[in-house]
Amino acid sequence: MADPAAAEPEGEQFEGFQGESPQLPEAEVGTPQGKGIGTSTLRKEDAELIAGQGRFVDDIRLPGMLYLAFVRSPVAHATLGAIDAARAREIPGVIAVLSAEDLHFEGGVPCGSNPTGDARQPTRWPLARNRVRMVGEPVAVVAAETRHAAADGAAAVEVEYDQLPVVVGSEEAVREGAPQLHEEAPGNLCCSIRYATDRFDDAVAGAEVVVRQRVVNQRLTPVAIEPRGVVAQFQPSTGEVTLFTSTQVPHFVKTFVSVVIGTSEAKVRVIAPDVGGGFGSKLNTYAEEYVAVAASKALDGVPVKWTESRQENMLATIHGRDHVQDAELYATREGRIVGFRLNVLANMGAYLQLLGPTIPHLTLFMGTGVYDIANYSCRIDCVFTNTTPTDAYRGAGRPEATHVIERLVDILARRLGIDPAEIRRRNFIREFPATSATGLLYDSGDYDKTLDRALELVGYDELRARQAEARARGKLVGIGLSTYVEVCGLAPSSVTKAIGVGAPGWESSTVRVHPTGKVTVVTGTSPHGQGHATSWSQIVETELGIPFDDVEVIHGDTAFAPYGLGTYGSRSLAVGGTALYHSLRKVREKARKIVAHQLEIDPEDLEFGDGRFHAKGSPERGMTMAEVIGAAWSADNLPEGVEPGLEETTFFDPPNFTFPFGCHVCVTEVDRETGKVEISRYLAVDDCGRVINPMIVDGQVHGGVAQSIGQALFEETVYDEDGQCLTASLVDYMIPTAFEIPFIETERTETPSPTNPLGVKGIGEAGTIAATAAVVNSVCDALGVEHLDMPLQPERVWRVIQGLDEKPVEAGPLETKGGGTS
Amino acid sequence: MISSAFALRRASSLDEALRLLAEGGEDAKALAGGHSLIPLLKLRLAAPETLVDIGRIEGLSYIREDGDRIAIGALTRHADVECSELLARRCRLLAETAAEIGDIQVRNRGTIGGSLAHADPNADLPAAVVALDAEIVATGPNGQRMLRAREFFRGLLETALEPGELITEVRVPPLDGAGSAYVKFNRRAQDWAIVGCAAIVRGEAETVAWTGVGWTPVLAEGDWREAASRLEPVGDLSGSAEYKRHLAGVLAERALARARA
Amino acid sequence: MRERVSVTVNGRSYEREVEPRLLLVHLLRDELGLTGTHVGCDTSTCGACTVRIDGDTVKSCTVLALQVEGCEVQTIEGLAQNGELHPLQRAFHEQHALQCGYCTPGMIMAATSVLERHPDPTDEQIRKGLEGNLCRCTGYHNIVLAVKAAARG
Repeated sequence: MADPAAAEPEGEQFEGFQGESPQLPEAEVGTPQGKGIGTSTLRKEDAELIAGQGRFVDDIRLPGMLYLAFVRSPVAHATLGAIDAARAREIPGVIAVLSAEDLHFEGGVPCGSNPTGDARQPTRWPLARNRVRMVGEPVAVVAAETRHAAADGAAAVEVEYDQLPVVVGSEEAVREGAPQLHEEAPGNLCCSIRYATDRFDDAVAGAEVVVRQRVVNQRLTPVAIEPRGVVAQFQPSTGEVTLFTSTQVPHFVKTFVSVVIGTSEAKVRVIAPDVGGGFGSKLNTYAEEYVAVAASKALDGVPVKWTESRQENMLATIHGRDHVQDAELYATREGRIVGFRLNVLANMGAYLQLLGPTIPHLTLFMGTGVYDIANYSCRIDCVFTNTTPTDAYRGAGRPEATHVIERLVDILARRLGIDPAEIRRRNFIREFPATSATGLLYDSGDYDKTLDRALELVGYDELRARQAEARARGKLVGIGLSTYVEVCGLAPSSVTKAIGVGAPGWESSTVRVHPTGKVTVVTGTSPHGQGHATSWSQIVETELGIPFDDVEVIHGDTAFAPYGLGTYGSRSLAVGGTALYHSLRKVREKARKIVAHQLEIDPEDLEFGDGRFHAKGSPERGMTMAEVIGAAWSADNLPEGVEPGLEETTFFDPPNFTFPFGCHVCVTEVDRETGKVEISRYLAVDDCGRVINPMIVDGQVHGGVAQSIGQALFEETVYDEDGQCLTASLVDYMIPTAFEIPFIETERTETPSPTNPLGVKGIGEAGTIAATAAVVNSVCDALGVEHLDMPLQPERVWRVIQGLDEKPVEAGPLETKGGGTS
Repeated sequence: MISSAFALRRASSLDEALRLLAEGGEDAKALAGGHSLIPLLKLRLAAPETLVDIGRIEGLSYIREDGDRIAIGALTRHADVECSELLARRCRLLAETAAEIGDIQVRNRGTIGGSLAHADPNADLPAAVVALDAEIVATGPNGQRMLRAREFFRGLLETALEPGELITEVRVPPLDGAGSAYVKFNRRAQDWAIVGCAAIVRGEAETVAWTGVGWTPVLAEGDWREAASRLEPVGDLSGSAEYKRHLAGVLAERALARARA
Repeated sequence: MRERVSVTVNGRSYEREVEPRLLLVHLLRDELGLTGTHVGCDTSTCGACTVRIDGDTVKSCTVLALQVEGCEVQTIEGLAQNGELHPLQRAFHEQHALQCGYCTPGMIMAATSVLERHPDPTDEQIRKGLEGNLCRCTGYHNIVLAVKAAARG
């Protein structure tokens, strides 16, 4: 974007880097063949959302409903003293003030992650008992007749806090004498995950080149534009619980609510209505969900609503990243990588949420990226601090992995004087399936292809030539590459078990064919913007020949759906879509039997196409799907052993993960005087296997890249030394606007996954995983320096430029910063 | 976020507004567009007992030539300043500065009087009115007085307004024949200025005023480089004092270059 | 202590007794049941609550209900006319300019004023015009295309 302040009046703008301004795509409504797999079919989700008729949690109102407001700790660490609610109770409209003494819970907020088997998982009660360990921790809850009265009530509750010493940075937390958070976690250590290939130290001992770098992957706040919210009702007469909640994982919530509240899971119904973005922040179960149900129970079944304010969202909803990484890359002089060592301090925050240490564990698994690296050592220390818990934020551990290896490879290229594209080529994995240094089986890939395509599209050689020319004119222009692979399709259940995740990784689907030929798909996935209703309908059209528009997709309501694991980890299509595929195939095979029986043909001699079965060689002899559906329903002439109706359910457990990959290129220009970075071109070439809806895939890439640019240039969650979050509003926590984000050029190669019959991989996180390295590599290239930590705010960049003007920058870290604590 | 309870009194005339403010004393605050005050109320950083809604007072929204000045009514919205043909022609600096405030929605609601009275240290308008040597007309129980913009800003959110006084008009000299520019530096489009610089060039004479380099706007006439080197900005998340001082110089160069163009 | 407010919303007149501190967005959502206008922040930053008051786009989380006495308010629910989607609504659908849809009503309302100011906007005018609205899903790419498409009818 042209920026009035950035425009240098005397000099012309650097020319020739701008990519083509995108052509306006024609509205596509499917190919002449229909709206099946591979078409950019427009979304069926949109009609309500563009008309203001969506239904989000805060839109829901139940008769007699009370509003909840939480009393939260204003201090980061304290012994909890008396809670005086007398003044609050006098406020007109306030019905109750409830603290831990008033509400009964069978257990704390659950954590489903124990990578080492001995991870410390301190109990976190939904309302604090005796001690608070972070700002924003819920201490009490006020129920009132209006939002206003609830807020007034919460403001009037007086709580005594006897403050304790505070620690916010992970490096400080592991020092001798650091304030201790949990008795059960001495040294603030949650767990230490270690992995090394055989005789790692010996293997790298003689390496010709060693590149060391400390890399801070800063703390981020996810910022779904819809904050969280719940509407809860407990029926005293039956013990039934109904909970509307803005979540990615309604079934997990159902299971955990039954456990924490102490009621039968069969009586708990959880509904995720329209959900306004998640990005991992709603892949969790939260204190407020349990408190709302318990409050309704304590108030004799009155329904209650809590709507998270943005400030609460910035404090009490999970954060992401916050890794301090020390990395060493070992290589030959020719740039062939022989080993990689990665040590990570991962800041867990004050408590574990659902997946805590599993997030850096994913970093460990993907540490070696797209490279053929035989020797790998990784150690991850997960530590507690007086901050908001970190958990899954879009990419969840994989952006941290990609960023560090892609940075180190660039530094290596710089040290050896090898072009960044070339050094990548010298190290790519080329034979698939490939077993990585961590034992993962990369299913399929062609890393040269995405790199070559990207270089071709940006005109890499010419770009380098023009960069040299621009530099000669004093311009700071950079080109950055990021070649990435991610692990998606979470997950084979045997693997989740083996890596200490307390939940399996399968997914469910039911396909119900109605007598009129309409179809209901019930999926265990829980979309919140990904367009599953559209993509799933496309799969139905292709597989059954039933038109897209005749398909309804139900999700997010545990009363209707078979158990499902939800939507996260770019898993929905690869696992949930495959579950759907299998259900559709079961329907088709049953239909085949019915046709064979009715037409007296061997099932093997039937062909299926365009919604019709017919005899091989005689197309006139056949039955349409509509006729088969009628036959299955009327049930008067079914083959022996075939039940009436057409309804099939599948629980699919994937045999392996999927491994999408790609190459992103970022061109930047840095304003020498202010340090401001401008992205003049961004190109993403991704390979997510077979594509169901190219339009939706592009949209996922756009959004993921924009979020990642946010991390690279703008976003950082900052605490002061007292544990106060200084970025608890959208004024201070800067997510980019349309003005800061460039057009994102997208391109794809298609390397099908052998893991599932659809050949799909997943695309939800690719942009977020790939882009930070592309941006930072580009800026480092522009400045001619080895490393910069994110975010590249203008002052940080300007300081480096100041240094450049004084003296050429030597190799090694230029600037580093405490893990989200400075 | 929900503000504390307050009473709202709607004033239909300036006299009524002044009376209501006087009645309310220290616990009363004037509400114009509300874009400075309502966010503070919601965060409970301000909790007045009474708001006096002055937004509907007739005759306080105008931009017109008045002798050797252009007079702008206090309730004139930023969007109207931004789009004023008269200002575009005769005092472009003010229109250009207004266009940099917040976003369209904010400019559709926020007023020139409200913004100046709020005196946020990172607001855009203060730099422009100080550079312009504008006058601010304040009206209170004891009548009207004319304040120089250059003496109006007294500290963090503090102005020369007396309790019970309202800004009713802003008077700016036309810039006929002079060049001007406002250059703002921020990280994200809609945000407050980290540093902003208004510049006016009349022949050889250069006037520069900055926002964001202290609690109040800073004026430099003559040797602005020397003035920039003496600035004592407040370091915060958006930048250190040193960086902001540096930015002040860069922005002054750029603003002056544009003003000369 | 409640005060009366009379307001026309999407062509229909309403009268309500409200607390002075009630925000316009909560009047619309809680009192009038028009839940298409959303709240995404506390600080007038995100624009999810954008509506039009007497034709001007504003952030309804930063306006008191009592301030719209006698005004005409238009919300996303009132944008379609006679069952016909507004060109921006259609373009948002056709260009895949929404994912979760939470910012969408505010984004579309904000875009109406961009098109009024710039009937044939450049990319930069669109991006600058939407600076008051945050989207976390789309990277804005398709939003910019949608506004452009709507401008071209």
